[in-house]
Parts: sequence; structure tokens; C-alpha cells
Amino acid sequence: MDLHQLVFGVYPYICLVTFVLGSWIRFDHEQYTWKSDSSQLLSKSGLRMFSNFFHIGIIAIFFGHFVGLLTPHSVFLALGVSDMAHQGIAILAGGLFGTLALVGGLGLWLRRLFNKRVRAASRWMDINILGWILLTLVMGMATLPFSIGHAEHGDATVMLRLADWVQSVVTLQPNPELLRGVDTVFKMHIFLGMSVFLFFPFTRLVHIWSAPFGYLFRAYQIVRSKRPV
Amino acid sequence: MKVRAQFAFVFNLDKCIGCHTCSVTCKNVWTNRKGVEYAWFNNVESKPGIGYPKQWENQEVWRGGWELKDGKLQLKSGSKLDRLLNIFGNPDMPEIDDYYEPFTFDYAHLQNAPLSEAAPTARPVSQITGEKMEKITWGPNWEDDLAGEFEKRSKDSNMHNLEKEIYKQFENTFHMYLPRICNHCINPACVASCPSGSMYKREEDGIVLVDQDKCRGWRMCVSSCPYKKVYYNWESGKAEKCIGCYPRVESGMPTVCSESCVGRIRYNGIMLYDADKIEALASVPDEQDLYQAQLDIFLDPNDPEVIKQARLDGIQEDWIIAAQKSPIYKMAVDWKIAFPMHPEFRTLPMVWYVPPLSPVQSHIDQGGLSSDPGSVIPPVENLRLPVKYLANLLTAGKEAPIVSALKRMIAMRAYQRSIHVEGKADTRALDEIGMSEEMALEMYRYLAIANYEDRFVIPSGHEEVRLEDFYAFQGQNGFTFGNDSSPGISPNSLFPERRKETVESRDPAPSADER
Repeated sequence: MDLHQLVFGVYPYICLVTFVLGSWIRFDHEQYTWKSDSSQLLSKSGLRMFSNFFHIGIIAIFFGHFVGLLTPHSVFLALGVSDMAHQGIAILAGGLFGTLALVGGLGLWLRRLFNKRVRAASRWMDINILGWILLTLVMGMATLPFSIGHAEHGDATVMLRLADWVQSVVTLQPNPELLRGVDTVFKMHIFLGMSVFLFFPFTRLVHIWSAPFGYLFRAYQIVRSKRPV
Repeated sequence: MKVRAQFAFVFNLDKCIGCHTCSVTCKNVWTNRKGVEYAWFNNVESKPGIGYPKQWENQEVWRGGWELKDGKLQLKSGSKLDRLLNIFGNPDMPEIDDYYEPFTFDYAHLQNAPLSEAAPTARPVSQITGEKMEKITWGPNWEDDLAGEFEKRSKDSNMHNLEKEIYKQFENTFHMYLPRICNHCINPACVASCPSGSMYKREEDGIVLVDQDKCRGWRMCVSSCPYKKVYYNWESGKAEKCIGCYPRVESGMPTVCSESCVGRIRYNGIMLYDADKIEALASVPDEQDLYQAQLDIFLDPNDPEVIKQARLDGIQEDWIIAAQKSPIYKMAVDWKIAFPMHPEFRTLPMVWYVPPLSPVQSHIDQGGLSSDPGSVIPPVENLRLPVKYLANLLTAGKEAPIVSALKRMIAMRAYQRSIHVEGKADTRALDEIGMSEEMALEMYRYLAIANYEDRFVIPSGHEEVRLEDFYAFQGQNGFTFGNDSSPGISPNSLFPERRKETVESRDPAPSADER
């Protein structure tokens, strides 16, 4: 087994298992630490814009990857989405939301580094994880020229191989060979992205699990009773 | 009818001397920790003033509390969806400077400074960054005893329909203290705004709490509480608020702020209310009817129907008795001398206030009690504190109930004065407003004497009926199988650590014989 197989055949599972088990253990044992860790109280200026840019961008990118990479090829074809259309949408949406997330994330990161109050209240992991996500974003954006190049030649093979690889991983039949010939920039982006899942349980990112959609469906008031009901 | 019991308060502003003992005892017990240095679960404000945090009463700024939208009750910050859409950056969130940057002083320098001509000074140090601060520009009680310019103080939103120019003049200055804690509202806006559902009202005593494990730090409660009494702990990332001293209250003791009040202005007791009426009464169209609406939600604890239903709803016998002896009920319902603060926020607050009397204008004072020859009670317009101001604070601007309360208090005083100074009871003042001697005597006992057992009628909690296996529960505190009583983290945790260190200087003091 060479490094390539290790990184794209084994590492994904290390990341996924850490992501799931780590989150579970932390939720179970240290729920007091489970939070968004907002620093808005300490500094408000610019936060609202940057935070919205970053969050909207990153959520769109996440679901873009999720749908784009996990939907089986046959389903896309059955829906009438050609490979070239798929690639076009990916490039456009990825570029747009990637820029949004990058601008927002950079604003937040600089604020975290250079705003004295926010810096004082930051743990090193808060600074690192945002930096890591930004690096992943930059690498993701750096794949755009390659993707555009492929698209101009009407060549969707790289995209299809990436999707096939992701599907091979989630179906527990990892096939790192699919990524063998792919441009390094894609591999870098994938490595950085997988690592985000590895770090996830040890950072504030856990608040993602707690996106409060239930709020829309509950009554305004909550009364807790100690009586056995 | 659905009977619920509420642990409630009355603060008698007539006797508050602004000594801040309540604030300090509360601070020492509950918020002397990293991340909440700036938070005062109990604070005392000098009024008029913009308060703490700045302008908290002005909901055009903070959009806290409720409003009626097409006749329906809705949080002022919008629909539930509005709040979720704003979750990445809460537009109504106060910033630390709206409270104040928490500070300590470099006391160690006083001991460690080398010999110098001038005395060494202890410079202020930010408790957030640990850096020296140039100058402290705001604090939790910056406007103490009317400090600062009138221009700034008069931004107080209770001044909005007063002729400010008049009160600018030194001769017309007025002043009162306003001690504030969480109101443990019957219709709490903080609970309603919490996206993660971590805030709740306790069924047994109505105390509003934040589940620290479940709080995710979405910080909607901070902005939605119109009294700004939910604080964001910037270290733990969790919301924290006045807990009504529930561990004390459960064992029948008053809250620490109430117990330590040297002026004996604080009353703790039980009120019974009808939980089925909350929404209807919180949404009466006219703001000025909200005071009456809140009176209407209370149930008479001596009414046999209420008692019957209370028992059915699981309220214990000693709680019903406590409700019958409640000092809160006497002042709010029987005598109508206590009022909810800012009922127009529609949260149905449960800390009520007896408005303060103030000196009558001096020229009348010299000529006798009243300027009106036909009356022994001075017209309340002659009181130094404008009735309008008190009404803006306590009844959404409706003056009649405030006037009536002030008259009752003046009549009670006049009656007692005749007894103690002239040696014989003069009931003219009482007769004028149709108040019985019996009521005056009882009001005197509660307001002036304010015995401990009259001020605090607190039944202890009934854990024994709530726990399924109370024998197994005994002896557990501090040694549970979970980490609920531990500091929550082990020294080598993988997860983000809590930092409990303070920014106090750790420079060692020089030893005495070092020269």
C-alpha cells in the first residue's frame, strides 16, 4: 500500500469514524462545550456581513458537494442533466459561493486574529479551524481553472472520477485508484476537506449538528415539570 | 382554569436607598466568574438615566419583548423564521461596550512598584484582554446619583412625553433608584426566542432558567429579553441569567438579594395565576390595559374554586397557604400599590414595584401638607417625581393607578404621623380616599416595619413528591455517575478547555525584609 492508497483509501474512514464517534462522545460527555461559541458580544462591527457571507457560502458549497458528488451518475442522466451541464453548474455555483465563503471567512479570520477582544477570547483551535477551512476553500477555488479547462475540451472524466471515488468511499468499497491520475490540486483539496471532518469534533464546528430547525415547529413557551407525567 | 404557582417579588422603591448591597451579594454569589464579569444579575440604576446596558428600555433600539402584529402576539424581533435567518449575526445583539468593558486594577503594582516620589497607582486592566486600559468610560452604575450631564441622562425612554426642559433646572431635578433583576415573566420573551429550546420556565415555581448543557449560544434570548437580563458568557459561550436563587428558594429561603437588602425593600412570595389566560391577557390591544390584564391573570388564593383546582393541578397544600399569606398578593392585588415594570413589553413580569414617594415642593411643605385647602392629601402633581415618569415606567403611561397608590401611601403616612407625633389618630386622610384604618395599619406593618416573616413567605420545594426514587437520590450531590456536578472537564481533555484563570496580576509581593 502506498501513500496514495493510504490517503484516499484509509484516511477517509479515519476521518469519518472520528467525525461520527467523536461528535457522539462529546455530545454525550461534554455537552456543556457544545455551542456555536459566538464572539458577537465582544465585537459587532462587520461580523454580521462576514458571518452571513461565510455561512451562506459554506452551506451552499456543502450541499453542492453533497448532491453533486453523491447522486449516482445514472440518476443525473435520467433527470436529463448531461455531464457537461453538471460540470457547468458545479463551476458556476462553486465559484460564486466559494467566493462568498472566502470573502466572509477571510473577514472573520482577520477579525479573530487582529481584534484584541476576540483574539483574547479565542482558543487556538478556533483560529486553526477557520484557517484550515479557508485553506480548503482556496484549494477548492484553485481547482476552478482546471475544471474550466476540462469543460472547454468537453471532458467530464475528472469530475466523474471524483464522484465515483466519493461514492466508492461511502459505499465501503474504496477505490483510491480512481484518483490516481487526477491533478494534484484536486487531491490537495480533497485531503484538506477530509481533514475538516477529522477535526470537527474537537472544534466549535459541532454546532452544525444542532442547527435549530425544530424551533419553527415548537410552541413559544417551554415549561419543564419535575412531576412524573 | 389551570392553576400555576409563581415565585414573585415586590420591591418597595419608596425605601430603596441605592446602597447596592443586593448587587454586591448577588455578584459575589453568582457572577464572580470568568466570562460574566460584566454581568449583573441584580443591578441598581439611578433614574432618570439610560441604565445598564445603555438604553435597555428603548425597544426601538433593541427590539426586545413582544408586540401585536395583526392582533396576534409576536416577538418584536419578528417571526420564528426571522430569527433563524438572523442566526449567523443577530442584528439586535448588544455589544460588550453597551454594558461596559469589565475591568480590575493592577493592585500588585501598589506593592511591587520601586521607591518613587509620587505614590504608585493601580491602573485599570481589562478583564477580557488583560491589557491596561487608558480610561474607564462606562460602568454598571455610571449614572450613580444623577452623575453625568442631563442631556445624556434625559435620553431615558421614560422621559419621552415629559417636558425635559423643566427637569433640566436644578430646582426641579428628581431622582429615584431602580433595582432590577430578572422578572421571571409569565410570558417570557427569552424562552420564546430560544432556537435550541434551552430556556424554560419551571412548572413548580415559575423561575426561568437556562439549561446550560442545551444552550448552543444562538444568543437570541439576549436581544429578545426587553429587560436585558439574559447575559452572554463570552468565555463559556452560553447564556446566563438570574436564577431566582432557586437552590435557596427551594429550601424556603429568600433570594440572596432580598435577604441582604438593608432597606428591607424586597418581598418574596407566591402568586397563583391562570395559565390558560396567558396568551389572551398578554395580547390586549391597548398597552395601558396590560397592568389590569396582569391583575386579572392572578387567582384569589382564598377562593374555594381556585383552591380545588390548585390541588388538582398538583400544587401542594403549604404552597396554597403561602399564596394566601403572600405579601405580593397584598401589595399588588389587595392594596394596589405595586406595579409591574413596563407592562407594555407584554412579558407579564413578576417583579413588581411600589412607586416611591418624593418630597413635595418646598413652598407647600412650609405651609403644611397640602396646597389644596379642601384636602389633607397633597395633589400628587406637587411631588417632586413627576407622576408621568412613574407611569411611563410602571403602567405604560396610565397615571390613575399610580396616583391612587401614591395617595394611599401618603394617607397611611399621615395617619401614622398623627398617631406617633400628635398622639391621637387622625383619619381624615384615610377617609378622603376611602381607606380603612385596618388597611392602613396593615400597610404600615408591611411597608414600614417590614418584618422578616412578613416580607418572606416562601414554602419549601417538594422534591419528595417529584422524584420517583428519592432515597436513591440522597447523598449524590458532588458524586454522580455523570459529570453534572463536576467542573465539567478533566485536565487533559481533547475538547476545548475552560479557562478559569483571571487577569489579576500574579507578580509576587516583595517580602517584608527585602531592602
